Amino acid sequence: MTASPLHLAVALDGAGWHPAAWRAEDARPGALFTAQYWADLVTEAEHGMLDFVTFEDALGIQSAAFHRPDDRTDQVRGSLDAVLLAARMAPLTTHIGLVPTANVTHTEPFHVATGIATLDHASKGRAGWRPQIAARAADATHFGRRTTPQLTDDDVRDPERIGRRLRPLFDEATDVVEVARRLWDSWEDDAEIRDAATGRFIDRGKVHHIDFAGAHFGVRGPSIIPRPPQGQPLVTSLAHAMVPYEFATRSCDVVYVTPHDRAGAAAIVAQVDEAAGRSGRDMRAWPLLRFAELLVFLDAEPRAATHRKTHLDSLDGAELTSDAEVFTGTPGELADLLLDWREAGLDGFRIRPGTLPHDLVQITRGLVPELQRRGAFRTAYDATTLRGHLCLARPNSRYSQERQTRK
Amino acid sequence: MSGPPAAGRKQVHLAAQLPGIHNVTVWSDPRARSQIAFDSFLHLAQTAERGRFDFFFLAEGLRLREHKGQLYDLDVVGRPDNLTQLSALAAVTTRLGLAATVNATFNEPYEVARRLATLDHLSAGRTAWNVVTSSDAFTGENFRRGGFLAEADRYARAAEFLATARELWDSWADGDVRADAVAGAYLRPGAGRFAHRGRHFDISGRFTTPRPPQGHPVIIQAGDSDTGREFAAAEADVVFSKYNRLDQARSFYRDVKGRLARHGRTPDRLKILPTATVVVADSDAEAAAYADEITRAQVSPQTAIAHLEAVWGRDLSGYDPDGPLPDIDPDPDSLTLKGHSLFRRGRAETARRWRALAERRGLSIRELVIEISGGQTFVGAPRTVADAIDHFVQTGGADGFVLVPHLTPTGLDDFVARVVPLLQEEGVFRPDYTSRTLRDHLGLPHDRGEDTADPAAEEEAS
Ligand SMILES: Cc1cc2nc3c(=O)[nH]c(=O)nc-3n(C[C@H](O)[C@H](O)[C@H](O)COP(=O)(O)O)c2cc1C
Repeated sequence: MTASPLHLAVALDGAGWHPAAWRAEDARPGALFTAQYWADLVTEAEHGMLDFVTFEDALGIQSAAFHRPDDRTDQVRGSLDAVLLAARMAPLTTHIGLVPTANVTHTEPFHVATGIATLDHASKGRAGWRPQIAARAADATHFGRRTTPQLTDDDVRDPERIGRRLRPLFDEATDVVEVARRLWDSWEDDAEIRDAATGRFIDRGKVHHIDFAGAHFGVRGPSIIPRPPQGQPLVTSLAHAMVPYEFATRSCDVVYVTPHDRAGAAAIVAQVDEAAGRSGRDMRAWPLLRFAELLVFLDAEPRAATHRKTHLDSLDGAELTSDAEVFTGTPGELADLLLDWREAGLDGFRIRPGTLPHDLVQITRGLVPELQRRGAFRTAYDATTLRGHLCLARPNSRYSQERQTRK
Repeated sequence: MSGPPAAGRKQVHLAAQLPGIHNVTVWSDPRARSQIAFDSFLHLAQTAERGRFDFFFLAEGLRLREHKGQLYDLDVVGRPDNLTQLSALAAVTTRLGLAATVNATFNEPYEVARRLATLDHLSAGRTAWNVVTSSDAFTGENFRRGGFLAEADRYARAAEFLATARELWDSWADGDVRADAVAGAYLRPGAGRFAHRGRHFDISGRFTTPRPPQGHPVIIQAGDSDTGREFAAAEADVVFSKYNRLDQARSFYRDVKGRLARHGRTPDRLKILPTATVVVADSDAEAAAYADEITRAQVSPQTAIAHLEAVWGRDLSGYDPDGPLPDIDPDPDSLTLKGHSLFRRGRAETARRWRALAERRGLSIRELVIEISGGQTFVGAPRTVADAIDHFVQTGGADGFVLVPHLTPTGLDDFVARVVPLLQEEGVFRPDYTSRTLRDHLGLPHDRGEDTADPAAEEEAS
């Protein structure tokens, strides 16, 4: 084996990513709002030694249309706050990374930053975050504080066009992530001194105002919670076009992209590199990992996965469509594909199981052993933090660096 | 041996609080552990659950306090985000209620209602919300909306905030998730639809989260002003108070319970829980000595001076904490301690009162601050403490207490091991949980639209 091992994440969402997944044989559609349902999935993913799981979320109800609500009652609707869901899983697991989605358009940056920091403390260094803009104009009426662009049917056919229309929201998202990162750094690692002689609990020279003043909001700081165990929890984003690639290169540690073949993956990696080059980011000092997304149906029996998907398509009354490539086949075939695509410059994959728990179990008990046989995946966790799994260093607080350079 | 509930005697309700930013925490004690580490929260929450407490409570502060233009460094500082932390604790407890303070000024109803509904689902019906309104421009500097709300506006916004949250929780009926795979019907049409038009919020759309197991999480209020008490009487299930001396507590109790009828509610509809501290030892004398020691650790010489400076609005660092109070008057225009709701008004009057008290009793600065900080609420051998708690509740001082331990996280170990069994023997405290939801522990109605199956059925001890 020459290349470094693959990184694998699983994207958990409802009953799975097929709109009719909740009608699959082993689905538990009545349990989606119970902790036990999610605990079973996350512990299964941890048995598979995956790097992390993500939890989808939005501040609006699910819809079959990207840009506006629908009134369908035949698909899963309803969701739980993903940060709380991830926290609920933290004490039940010991290694796997927990990466919730949280909104950056309507949510207070201070609240998100302290929520993710809390998740990192509660999980002892396994927190990540997928900052998500509110792309659907209808979600803004849930807050009544502002409006956001209403995308048209023409817009949604073209990711580049969507990206351009939503650019102001991505710019604001950049500010939100910057505020979160400053708040995480605002307590230096050794700020708590408990010095009984002087009666001081903290060294206030090591707790800093962040004084962020942006176009949309300002935050004075410092955080109310000490620096998270990872220093900086992992920031990740899903991107389909240049504007979100730029957001990822300015703000994130991992970017999820959606190529449809190996050549497409190479093209996207080149675009991400181009965006990074323009941003001036030093990719060696601060790496940006690229994960490709795949929506998968897996069965050991050849063709069984295709049959399963076709059956679900007929239940839903339409063939599954997705921004990500849809794969049906055996775990061995998927392993071939992952190792092939990786050559395009990918660090890992975030896999969306078509149905839960079926396709998750196929990943943990089929795909993972297959990759291990080929020397391409870990056979035991060798770190306890999410950054550790991804071989990312723990950054210093920017404020302690500042003081050192001022000396 | 625990007796059955004693006929005609009120049942005591108990909650535990892990103090956040506060000088009650004796962090200098060698047994004191992290204020942040999850294991500390786990220890105290599991202790409370072993003691069959009603709930575990977290206060909130959204900005670190500042003193004379610098971060205040004498108290324990640093706290996790409440709802996130309580959600993690829901995984390691099964019956204990989980109460979060969430400010109605620096949040929006859609998001708070969603997060509280989520916690109620993830804890199978154990959530409470302490609706606080304290706000100032200082805290506002951490938020988009920023700013300061006048006294009346704070409660007007809070009342509309709560009403809106209730509309959102009610936007899904209990049976709206059908999950009927054969019929292909996941939910009932229209589930989650809402529209609220008011002075503070004009919002509409669809709420994402099915109705919480309790219908509505338990509502707690902790304001003391007339507006605050009225809000509690009209809206709350539980009210916290700072009055833990029996005479003051009784008058607060009478006042608040007396307001309920005006809102069409019976007195048992609202539980009144003062904040209390407990010191237990083998004998009353040992406990008294230990209580003194704790209080002195809570009010260090530096803390005593800082406390005085907060009222005087002046730098008093040149004064001897073991000497007399300053004879200069407070500076009415300067506020040295920011981010604390006390000390905003009436500081000249407070200073005069304190000086008179100190002169009358010959108290030094530190002794004075110890005196006015109030010391410990229940001090003694286990039997003494149990009797005092029972007496307090039976004679109209409270329905129970929120216990704030001075040691994190082991501060309630002794209480649970030694005092709780005595309360149980006397038949005034539950020998075991008889219910699953916090509303049930508190004897409150469920605010449920209709009867459905036990929401906790699938949830057992994950
Ligand atoms: C026992 C008690 C606990 C409180 N806890 C908090 C808290 O955690 N966070 C907060 O912002 N305010 C807290 N407060 C402040 C009150 O919620 C309230 O906003 C403040 O007392 C001002 O309201 P009032 O004018 O009605 O007294 C607390 C008050 C009391 C009496």
